[in-house]
Amino acid sequence: MIRKTVASVQDALLGVEDGMTLMLGGFGLCGIPENAISELVRLGVKDITCISNNAGVDDFGLGLLLQKHQIKKMISSYVGENEEFERQMLSGELDVELTPQGTLAEKCRAAQAGFPAFYTPAGYGTEVAEGKETRDFNGKMYVLEHAFEASFAFVKAWKGDEAGNLIFKGTARNFNPCMCGAAKITVAEVEELVPAGGLDPNEIHIPGIFVQRIFQGEHYEKRIEQRTVRSRN
Amino acid sequence: MLDKIGIAKRIAREVKDGYYVNLGIGIPTLVANYVRDDISVEFQSENGVLGMGPFPYEGEEDADIINAGKQTITTLPGASFFDSATSFGMIRGKHVDLTILGAMEVAENGDIANWKIPGKMVKGMGGAMDLVASAENIIVAMMHTNKKGESKLLKKCSLPLTGVGCVKKIVTNLGVLEVTPKGFRLLERAPGVTVEAIKQATEGTLIVEGDISEMTI
Repeated sequence: MIRKTVASVQDALLGVEDGMTLMLGGFGLCGIPENAISELVRLGVKDITCISNNAGVDDFGLGLLLQKHQIKKMISSYVGENEEFERQMLSGELDVELTPQGTLAEKCRAAQAGFPAFYTPAGYGTEVAEGKETRDFNGKMYVLEHAFEASFAFVKAWKGDEAGNLIFKGTARNFNPCMCGAAKITVAEVEELVPAGGLDPNEIHIPGIFVQRIFQGEHYEKRIEQRTVRSRN
Repeated sequence: MLDKIGIAKRIAREVKDGYYVNLGIGIPTLVANYVRDDISVEFQSENGVLGMGPFPYEGEEDADIINAGKQTITTLPGASFFDSATSFGMIRGKHVDLTILGAMEVAENGDIANWKIPGKMVKGMGGAMDLVASAENIIVAMMHTNKKGESKLLKKCSLPLTGVGCVKKIVTNLGVLEVTPKGFRLLERAPGVTVEAIKQATEGTLIVEGDISEMTI
């Protein structure tokens, strides 16, 4: 067994530097790597490019990095619900590359699986396709999109073992599995870290080969963005 | 004239037995409430769930189970969770039978604009561009005119496009229209709405052939 465990979030983020491109899992505030984000804030790294479906809210998730002006560029599909984000974008402080959600996921998966690029129909005929190669396959037009290149991927899983194997819960899965192995170093934080042999190999969502560092996460807030309920009557 | 619930009720009639359906945010989300209960349908949310159920009872919310609108949800028996790449594989691979979404503008050639107002709203397209570029069966749910009273059914979209030539059917507060090579063909009128009123509210080419019946909901 090849051990991937590191003792702390500080060890997990060793090597993160100013100007790097980082992937961060999560959809909205669901399944975000809360511990890694807190450590990025503490480290104070600057001029980073973040690949993440969303940009958090003003006081949580990636919003914490935006408040400290640590992000130079965001690559996301949807960035609503964040006033500071909007302010920085409109004032030109923040560079934003809006990417269709399925394309964003596939650019991660392509990097993970060793494809330099792929064709997708998403965005054809829109400003997203401007300057990109397009091609006809069987009478339908497609846009060439390239795999991401990133230094670190920060993902959050439900359970993990010492070998780096991961299991996700509910819709907190989202972009996390796609980002594993899609950057030079993948760092997984988990709610429950168990010894090797503690997870059934049949139940593993992401094999440990895609993960370089794993650690036991702490103090998960798991904030709900839109609490919607129905009455019992 | 229909209200938002009326639009959702009319669109619910387009949902057929055995369909996997993706619902957008807004009026489309309401459609799930009005689908006949004697047919089998599964709702997909692009953040990674098939088999979405109703909102949870108070106290039973789970931060790890949400829909694409980031609302807490429940799952029904037979549900599954999956990652974002798999989710858009379902969409791009045409495994999802019907996509229902809102729009700011639709053009008579089926172009749709619903993600950006330059200088005003720049929240992003989310999954809308993937959905409209891939789905074979797209229904747009929207009001016929905007808040200023201007038509949203146009000869050509004025806002940045989400997709080209993709919309097949539109259900508005005034009626049901189909996109054809010659323009918008009027299929049904909403209760109490005249063909003349629909003509006036439609900037794009409107095709009216024969008697247009009033819809039943």
